[in-house]
Amino acid sequence: MTTELVTVDLLHFHAIGVPLERADGTIKVTGRAPYAFEHPVTEPVYLHPVQATVARGRVTGADTAAARALPGVIAVLTHENAPRMVSGDDPELWVLQSTEIAFRGQFVGAVLAETLEVARHAADLVRMEYENLPHDAELDPRRDDLYAPDVLNAGYPTDTAEGDVDAAPAAVTIDRTYRTPMEHNNPMEPHAVIALWAEPGELLLYDSSQGVHRVRGALATAFGLDPGRVRVVSPYVGGGFGSKGSAHAHHALAVLAAQAVPGRPVKFALTRQQMFSQVGYRTPTVQHVRLSATADGRLTAISHEVVEQTARLKEFAEQTAVCSRMMYTAPNRRTSHRLARLDVPVPAWMRAPGEAPGMFAAEVAMDELAVACGLDPIELRARNEPGTDPVTGRPWSGGRHLVECLREGARRFGWDPRDPTPGVRRDGEWLVGTGVAASTYPRHLLPGNRATVRYTPDGRYSVLIGAVDIGTGTWTTLAQIAADALEVPVGAVALEIGDSDLPQASVAGGSSGMSSWGSAVVAAARAFRARYGEGPPVGAEASAEAPAEPGGDFAADSFGAQFAEVRVNADTGEVRVPRMLGVFSAGKIINPRTARSQFIGGMIMGLSAALHEESVLDPRFGHVVNHDFADYHIAACADVVDIDAAWLEEVDPHANPMGSRGIGEIGIVGAPAAIANAVHHATGIRVRDLPITPDRLLTHGLL
Amino acid sequence: MDESITLHVDGRKRSLTVDTRTTLLDALRERLGVTAPKKGCDHGQCGSCTVLLDGRRATTCLTLAVAHDGAEVVTADGLAEGDSLHPVQRAFLDHDGLQCGYCTPGQVCSAVGMLAEAAAGWPSHVTRDGAGRVELTDEEIRERMSGNLCRCGAYPNIVAAIREVAR
Ligand code: FES
Ligand code: FES
Repeated sequence: MTTELVTVDLLHFHAIGVPLERADGTIKVTGRAPYAFEHPVTEPVYLHPVQATVARGRVTGADTAAARALPGVIAVLTHENAPRMVSGDDPELWVLQSTEIAFRGQFVGAVLAETLEVARHAADLVRMEYENLPHDAELDPRRDDLYAPDVLNAGYPTDTAEGDVDAAPAAVTIDRTYRTPMEHNNPMEPHAVIALWAEPGELLLYDSSQGVHRVRGALATAFGLDPGRVRVVSPYVGGGFGSKGSAHAHHALAVLAAQAVPGRPVKFALTRQQMFSQVGYRTPTVQHVRLSATADGRLTAISHEVVEQTARLKEFAEQTAVCSRMMYTAPNRRTSHRLARLDVPVPAWMRAPGEAPGMFAAEVAMDELAVACGLDPIELRARNEPGTDPVTGRPWSGGRHLVECLREGARRFGWDPRDPTPGVRRDGEWLVGTGVAASTYPRHLLPGNRATVRYTPDGRYSVLIGAVDIGTGTWTTLAQIAADALEVPVGAVALEIGDSDLPQASVAGGSSGMSSWGSAVVAAARAFRARYGEGPPVGAEASAEAPAEPGGDFAADSFGAQFAEVRVNADTGEVRVPRMLGVFSAGKIINPRTARSQFIGGMIMGLSAALHEESVLDPRFGHVVNHDFADYHIAACADVVDIDAAWLEEVDPHANPMGSRGIGEIGIVGAPAAIANAVHHATGIRVRDLPITPDRLLTHGLL
Repeated sequence: MDESITLHVDGRKRSLTVDTRTTLLDALRERLGVTAPKKGCDHGQCGSCTVLLDGRRATTCLTLAVAHDGAEVVTADGLAEGDSLHPVQRAFLDHDGLQCGYCTPGQVCSAVGMLAEAAAGWPSHVTRDGAGRVELTDEEIRERMSGNLCRCGAYPNIVAAIREVAR
């Protein structure tokens, strides 16, 4: 194995690194940017779905007469009359094609009507009959039918083992179980689509998507269509955080409906409630972590064993323990993932799948170890720094700067001097504490990216790629990359994204967007300059693919340090977070203004996970009880006080021509652990289950 | 059942016939093509659909169009005059008080309405002194803006933007 690092041909940074205002800012603050449901269409048909009211079973009958009799109803689709699909390779998309019901809320019908109101009313009038089969919707780590998936999400192996964890010498051992709940992405824009079918086989979708080509490919396969005749358009997307990264059942239902009314656009926006069963969620986890260490805090063994749920309909195996494979050095190590296959909706990606729940358990365990060893938690982490990646033995691309992040964060946060004694700082009715945790997220580079550069009559450069901006700043940052790649001012770049008719692009997921799309844009710009030089003729055009991994054999991960101050009300158990700071090492920051927003946005989602978020699935019925914003609280303005993010000024010379590694997800990772560790420092109560709601503190001795 | 109503939306008179079950939000978005107000929950829980309704901020998903015959509606679009932005909108851009932008028109309308409420001396849950002038501290801004959720987590920048306009 070679460990040679190749320095890539880096751009000269002019536009990159400048805190440019968002290119789409004006049309967003005025509400003029068109999101999926807002594209003007004529004579739309509105779709309202009918959802299964059993968690497992079979449809035995459908009485649609009353619905069809309602004025304004155009059609009622069920498995009996829906158009046929071609491929059930993705069972989530196999909608109205059989009588089987795999989870409560599954689509079993759809009403098409002239107005939203009529569609909704008519959907209520559809009477479905079911054969109700016994279902199983409870995640219990003691189940005897847990199984090991073949491979985890993102291709990670299911289990790893090195040395002998059980025989490792241990002066100090932490052996604990941590739990994270089911959580829902809840982007502010509900998943929505307008589908227009033209015979004999042309499909246009205005979609709220993180990946126009990914959705196009999935639907082309499911419906047996030529991908070249399917077009997915998503210029503006109201957040996604993973849930809009794949095609889901509502896409298929909308296409079926569009096929039933050719030539008329079908509008279908999920309600907030429907999103809790249709578009994925973060799987709940039960994580058993065991750390063994010498008395001076050197890890001798790390074990991280995870039980989590998947759906009977389709497997999703979250990579929860992979962080424990590479965070710290230890000669003995074991990680494993076991799944319970339940009659529940299909889990999927939610911001930092794997790292977000995994680093909660792992970093709270490290804090417990620091307390047990009598060490400062930053010093404990510094003592266990690996020189090279424990998984591959390779050096880190751009270096591993976790300790710098921790030390820089400590300096800015005012960490020292810190009395480690828990539960001794009181300000009136409030107990005060501080906590720290590390964060990490891998640098993902996705294949299949292509871009085109074209010189236009107005003397500008059109840069074309089917990337998307889900709030990440792509409209701005990809133009900055293009400007530096062409060596022109940003104003000379006319970026076109968000349309599958543009050159092929990978999904906005796994913090891979800038690395993957940016590499293609740079390749196209360089091909353009190589062919036409500095004075291209109008109409000059060049396209290129992003190269495969450019920088040789290395480990590619970003790191960070999260600091939190908490105040815990001694009487009510309420937890407030007056202050949070994150310091990150993520390579070159393309746009400091949008980057800071993304970092703090991730941290706020972490705060929300720490204190508020939990989807409560009632195992008796198989549905999420608290399926709206009244009962599934996400952090509101009043929950977020002083949150800031900083980063190390660096360039990763091996990652890609921008020197960047991606920043969309690392902000959430470690934030819940930092808050939980601060809660322990404030109260002396170690909360190992998220979210840290008052009841957990009150029942563990706060009062 | 249908009813004819007239709305004044962003300075334009719009007459339409609505199903009496149609919310003001759906009337604006689906009937009039006014899509600056967004639908995030349809239940009055997120604030995305906020407009200024007869001068006050209101969640349009929570009220029926037929109840507002003759009303004046100002959306985030109407707060700007063409490309000339309202000071609150300008401050949102200066402080990057948005990411995906979906909650943003509602945040902007809510902020404009909230500033007027504070100027009129309306107390909030965190106002210590119930009577008289309200000082828009960060705590006041956060409290008064908590009806507008932002999943992207733009809150600190939103507060910074409003703070700048308030002072
Ligand atoms: S859509 Fe009206 S408050 Fe959420
Ligand atoms: S900017 Fe995305 S929800 Fe607020």
